[in-house]
Amino acid sequence: MPGPRRIRLPEHTLEIVSDAGEGAQKAAVAFAQLCAKAGNGLWTVEIIPSEIRPPPHTTGSASGNRIRLAERSRVTNAGNRANVVLAFNEMALLSRLEANSLADDVLVLIDDQWATHEMEQYRRSYREVLDRFRSGAAKIIEVPLEKETLRHVEDAQRGKNMFAVGLLCALYSKDPNVLDEVIRGIFKDKTQQVVEVAVKLAAAGHQYGMAHLEECFEIPSSQSEVPKVAMNGNTALALGAISAGFELCSMYPITPATSASHSLSEIFEDFGGFVHQAEDEIAAIGVALGASYAGKTALTITSGPGMALKTEFQGLAVMTETPLVIVDVQRGGPSTGLPTKIEQSDLLHALYGAPGDAPKVVIAPSTVEECYYILSVARKIAEELRMLVIVLSDANLATGQQLFDRPDVSKTPPRPPLDLSPVPLGTLPYDWDPTTGLSQRLIPGQPGGMGVTTSLNHDRDGKACYDSERNERGHAMRSRKLATLQQSLKPPTVHGASEGDLLLVGWGSTRGAVEEAVDMARAEGLAVSSVHIQFLSPLPPGLKNIFRRFRRVTTVELNYSDDWSDPLITEENRRYGQLAWLLRAATLIDVDCFAKVPGRPYMPVEILDEIKRVLDVQPALAAPGPARAANEGVN
Amino acid sequence: MVSMLAEESLLEVCAIETHSLEDYEAEPPRWCKGCGDHGVLAALQRVLRKNNVDPENVVSVSGIGCSSRLPHYLKTYGFHGIHGRALPIATGVRLSRPELPVIVIMGDGDCFSIGGNHWLHAIRYNINAVVLVLDNEVYALTKMQASPTTPDGWKTNTTPRGTYLHPLNPLSAVMGMTNISFVAQTATWLPAHLDETIDKAWDHHGLSFVRILQRCPVFMPKAFGEGGLNFPVVFLEHADGIPIHPLLRKRGAVQAHDHRDINEAQRVAVTADPAPMGLVYQNPDVPAYEEIRWQRQDRPDHQTFLRRLEAEMDRYTVT
Repeated sequence: MPGPRRIRLPEHTLEIVSDAGEGAQKAAVAFAQLCAKAGNGLWTVEIIPSEIRPPPHTTGSASGNRIRLAERSRVTNAGNRANVVLAFNEMALLSRLEANSLADDVLVLIDDQWATHEMEQYRRSYREVLDRFRSGAAKIIEVPLEKETLRHVEDAQRGKNMFAVGLLCALYSKDPNVLDEVIRGIFKDKTQQVVEVAVKLAAAGHQYGMAHLEECFEIPSSQSEVPKVAMNGNTALALGAISAGFELCSMYPITPATSASHSLSEIFEDFGGFVHQAEDEIAAIGVALGASYAGKTALTITSGPGMALKTEFQGLAVMTETPLVIVDVQRGGPSTGLPTKIEQSDLLHALYGAPGDAPKVVIAPSTVEECYYILSVARKIAEELRMLVIVLSDANLATGQQLFDRPDVSKTPPRPPLDLSPVPLGTLPYDWDPTTGLSQRLIPGQPGGMGVTTSLNHDRDGKACYDSERNERGHAMRSRKLATLQQSLKPPTVHGASEGDLLLVGWGSTRGAVEEAVDMARAEGLAVSSVHIQFLSPLPPGLKNIFRRFRRVTTVELNYSDDWSDPLITEENRRYGQLAWLLRAATLIDVDCFAKVPGRPYMPVEILDEIKRVLDVQPALAAPGPARAANEGVN
Repeated sequence: MVSMLAEESLLEVCAIETHSLEDYEAEPPRWCKGCGDHGVLAALQRVLRKNNVDPENVVSVSGIGCSSRLPHYLKTYGFHGIHGRALPIATGVRLSRPELPVIVIMGDGDCFSIGGNHWLHAIRYNINAVVLVLDNEVYALTKMQASPTTPDGWKTNTTPRGTYLHPLNPLSAVMGMTNISFVAQTATWLPAHLDETIDKAWDHHGLSFVRILQRCPVFMPKAFGEGGLNFPVVFLEHADGIPIHPLLRKRGAVQAHDHRDINEAQRVAVTADPAPMGLVYQNPDVPAYEEIRWQRQDRPDHQTFLRRLEAEMDRYTVT
């Protein structure tokens, strides 16, 4: 069999979408693992509805994954518009068009059962959606997904996804034997019969692809010496919590944070830890704080609405200087907002959400790899400074799979035993160093250290007091610790030249897209650079000096800002993106922002467009493709 | 002779290691004169001394309210937290350090109102802790607002024309909770009974819920028949229950009650008038949550820990 003609490419982005419950997620996980095993770098993003079973065959039901795979092992973001989309029905396909997620010349693979479906409504919408694609540069391949699957199983709902992943295996010239191995791994807890059917369907999909596809792609891989792991950010947080030496994670279920606790619950007891599912978000942080007070630094994992409920306890942690780590896996807000989608809107809440002056450390990982390492950093800071540390992850990191160097766990230090050695009676529980604000923590069980830890204002002896002088001192000492930490931070490095026309400033998971956009812009001769901020509180030193060397500075962040062109918006009332707000206050530089709430990660080309808009250069996406045309049609 | 010497030296050792009441006294309490909180503090100190507990190995946890200042005055490790949230903090302490006995002090507003969710769930967890609710039927620290247990029709600053609802019955509420393991009621105007009740609660394995009736002399001086002078009670009597001293028998009727019978306990709990005093219910066999968790947890040595972490990494290793 000659098979399809191979086209070699350095990278590709594809999306797999089905109705919720049809298994596109599973297919994508299998395909991502297949690519990872082959040594391709990757970054995946879940496309996920907020309901478990939304009405089928609607755009709101679309569920699946976006996968960017590349020859290079380091992929830093989810990429631009997708080159390939495999859809189980036309509404799922349409949802991606409406999300402006597909390239103009996208290759569409779609189940052809709808063309001849018994329901006229489906036949019609299938025709109409495909016609929209046909009017542009898209290429369409109709695949008998349902029909072929039914040759192997009675219920195509349970198996179409495996046929699909087999087809993708052929489309991307991957080894079907490795796919076989991947599927057996994914279904290892299922019955033998289920596994065999899955494997058979994948093989059938592969054979179908080899026999019917005219062209296929090959994304070569660069084999690395260092072993690689592939996981999502929430799994990385879970494993990171274990290697950081945490012994208690107290949580309450909330999307998109919960899967971190799932991963942790599965294994934590084997490592001498607990996941405690509390009765509510307030109790979740309360239990963590109680455990930390008792000497075992604990963490709690939540998302925006849970953060809101935890604010009073945050103040308590700050006031009592109890070390504590909160992970906030941010989602769209306010209120219930967009539970499954990314936003970076909790920054100011994390910083200033608790009433009273409550100085705390806020840090944000930018990759899945950083999700793994960041809890060790958080714990160290929390304990050494007796502080509350908030880690701001997001829905994109939480569910996206990335490939990174396998962490060397052999050097993980043992958890030190609690130091319960006696202290002289009357030892001060807040023996603040007047310069740094640091003090030694006393732990229940330490003879001589008995005393009350109170939420009231207190002095060095821990006792409640209400006078001005001692109130001022308590505030100063708690605040001073941030300055102490700030002194130990390094200025961030600039990606690109250290001076130019425009500096982009980002935080969290937008880093990869920002830097890729900067690289594209620089390749076109634009004097653009970027800076990424990992410490949001305290801010790293040197920002003002870096900013001064650029004509303009603008943040790139996934939160709301008023657009200059919006009605009523003036210099006086414009609301800026949250990092911009912070940086304007911190540097007195007129920092602008590119801050939007699309509910998905930025694509590098969007940021490139913004760069060109700011620098008044012709944008890259001049010609309207099918996606744009469709949007205009809707409007 | 030898045995006498041994006994003497043993006594000497014991004398050295025996704690005095002063060992549990921190700064002088700043509660109002005549407040029942004084009596609870003294009773707790007596129980700790009786059990000769090292002060550094006890954690008292409280919320916010007059009674929640108690950890300031008890010289153990203490955590004076935030309103309604003493129980989650206590749960965290128990989960991470099950070797430390925990005493939780709350008021009626603190426990039954703002902390209601934690109250019910803590009972279901059945953490091993002494949980005392100092119930004066009013918010006192904020100056006289109605609490869930304020009696019918009583005037407070938020109900100047009288309360609207029947008061909450905390005993019947807890007696309806799964995993309830210890319920007792006592009052600060019955100091001997209070002592015996806290003693019993200390000895119980599991969450011992004790409602302590006490009058606020400033904002609710007429509560509980002016502090027990004219307050109908019935003492619950059982060989294993709270002992009823002879003098107490003059202050109320005595009723035989089997605190091991949950149905009988529920019946007693719903009867608020006369107020049942004594051990309403006890089941020492309900497992404590933190012990269930510790039993299921493996505590590997460092080498095993590392091997397991490597194995987890293997699961995600692709090349």
